[in-house]
Amino acid sequence: MNVLLDLFSVIAICFGTFFFLAGTAGLLRFPDALSRLHALTKADNLGVGLIVLGLLPHAGSLLAALKLVAIWALIQLAGATSAQLIARAIRRSG
Amino acid sequence: MSILQILDIGLAGLVLAVAAWTVFARDAFAAVVGFVAYGLLLSLVWVRLFAVDVALTEAAIGSGVTGVLLIGAAGRLRKLEASGGDDELPGASLRLFAAALCIFVTLVLAGVVLSLPDPGPTLAPEAARHLAETGLGNPITAVLLSYRSFDTMLEKVVLVLAVVGVWSLAADQYWGGAAGNPRGAEPDGTRALLAQVLPPLGILIGIHMVWVGADEPGGAFQGGAILAAMWMITMMAGLTEMPSIRSRLLRLVLVAGPAVFVAVGVAGVAFASGVFAYPTGFAKPLILFIEAFMTLSIAVTLPVLVAGPPKRLRQQ
Repeated sequence: MNVLLDLFSVIAICFGTFFFLAGTAGLLRFPDALSRLHALTKADNLGVGLIVLGLLPHAGSLLAALKLVAIWALIQLAGATSAQLIARAIRRSG
Repeated sequence: MSILQILDIGLAGLVLAVAAWTVFARDAFAAVVGFVAYGLLLSLVWVRLFAVDVALTEAAIGSGVTGVLLIGAAGRLRKLEASGGDDELPGASLRLFAAALCIFVTLVLAGVVLSLPDPGPTLAPEAARHLAETGLGNPITAVLLSYRSFDTMLEKVVLVLAVVGVWSLAADQYWGGAAGNPRGAEPDGTRALLAQVLPPLGILIGIHMVWVGADEPGGAFQGGAILAAMWMITMMAGLTEMPSIRSRLLRLVLVAGPAVFVAVGVAGVAFASGVFAYPTGFAKPLILFIEAFMTLSIAVTLPVLVAGPPKRLRQQ
């Protein structure tokens, strides 16, 4: 069981870091600001989400696990808001 | 070499690279963004040095609040630059001199750090030995509010002086007015949503951080900074506005922290062994009492500093 949980963690965190890598590649390579923003928010969303998912079996207590999920939710909120604001600023400046 | 060491070296290299980028950035706004990223990386460095209290403060104050202040300053400088203030730039010789001075200070600091004896001089065992007498579990809080409480009190006074300094920049006709945007000046759905969803959770986290600060990383400054951020978010969304600087309540809250700190410190003469001493057995409740007022003052002082000097006429 422990081995299975560890395997699950490793796979989830690897996928999470892959999304960060893909997000960074998009940030560097995509042609316009809106696409770069799109790449960045995917990394925030899925990258952090999968890493948190991978860390959950090792959280130790229910409270710590809930804190991890809360961190993911807060990053979602902050990421979505700042992406909206940046996109609006881009559209306004043309 | 272990993986952690490689990561540490990579982190140190990244901090240096971002610092250099911040210094060499041509645009003021880009430099501020670099500075915020630098602060966040630095807080990771503090976590790796097992100084979580410092990491929290660096992220909240060094990167967060200072970042907001600098963005405001960069915005104001941009107007100045656009109006042709280029000839105001210091000459090449002055800039070279400033650079040489900075490099000299860096070299001296590096020399001092490198010439420290190997087990560096430390008061940590001493601090840990007397921890039980304070009733606290977090040695950092014990240092800040018990062993060196006088210094911490003066830090809070400095914050009040900073507010006086910012307010004194007000133009004559706006004295007694309010800073920042008036309520609902710029209705914005995105910011309004964040300002309505985040604060209930943020206020809870802020208070939690002050409360656990007695025994775990956290404390008045970190928790106060989170509470301050919540007020700033609602203000930026146009849901709340800065009260007039004439407001008695605002002024009372600004000085409440240092005032209660001084009062408890002076009461130490009568009830304990001297100024800024706590009576035996009452250290922890008194420290939490002081921290409660300090948190309130910090939570109000930081948004007041960010809002800047009064820019609106006093409402009748």
